[in-house]
Amino acid sequence: MLDWLVYLLVSGGVFFLFVAAVGVVRMPDLYNRMHATSKAGTLGVGLILLAVAVFYQELSVAARALSGLAFIILTAPVAAHALGRAAYLSGVKPSEETYVDELAGHYRVNHQLESPRPSEKP
Amino acid sequence: MRAFTYNLLLTIFWLAVTEVFTLGNFLVGFALSFLILLLARPLFDEASRRYFTLFWKLPRFALLMLWEIVLSSLRVAQAVFSPRMKIQPGIIAYPLEVKSDLEITLLANLITLTPGTLSLDVSHDRKVLYVHGMFVDDPQAVARSIHESLEKAVLEVTR
Repeated sequence: MLDWLVYLLVSGGVFFLFVAAVGVVRMPDLYNRMHATSKAGTLGVGLILLAVAVFYQELSVAARALSGLAFIILTAPVAAHALGRAAYLSGVKPSEETYVDELAGHYRVNHQLESPRPSEKP
Repeated sequence: MRAFTYNLLLTIFWLAVTEVFTLGNFLVGFALSFLILLLARPLFDEASRRYFTLFWKLPRFALLMLWEIVLSSLRVAQAVFSPRMKIQPGIIAYPLEVKSDLEITLLANLITLTPGTLSLDVSHDRKVLYVHGMFVDDPQAVARSIHESLEKAVLEVTR
């Protein structure tokens, strides 16, 4: 019975990692690619870690698997933020389909980011 | 915070008295001393009493976070596998209501883990969060949904 739960969790995890990989290939620009890696990647790794915890059924293994899961949930968005910011600062252009870019022109030369000027407020 | 300190102290007493120093016994002691402190709730001041409501608010917040991750991954999967990708990416400026560093970090993480949005950077004066969205047909609607579902949840656990 528990074996089936493990199979389910592992195949779910592999599926979402596959989604992340295909997303990296198919998405039009860096920012959209990051959507694929930060979300589907997190869930994929998380499901596999859960499967490990269920499979071994030991407190020490489960504790490590769960703390790994917690750290991935905490750090994946930070990595995505750091990558996106670095890409924007080094001039990676969003794809042509990009609908609005309210960030454009708000970085000062010293990389300080300002809020929109009052005249721009929607 | 004071209630938490008492809780830990009582747990240490419990461990010392029962002489069983395992994780299981620690959890039992923690739960027991939490119940005891719950009886003594009227003795605490307003700020310390928040500890008791946090006890059920935090798990609910964690569940919300996990649920959002599942939803967003499904949305990404749907977008990735559709033959003609119907995406409308955009970067919007989201006016922040939350103030402290912890709140902004939590909100930014949650935004990244929710469907279709990814936080890029926060302005230097901490008033605006720049968010990249995959399905931005209406910037105002995106900002509204972030405010309704995420910012309120963050404010609930931090204040």
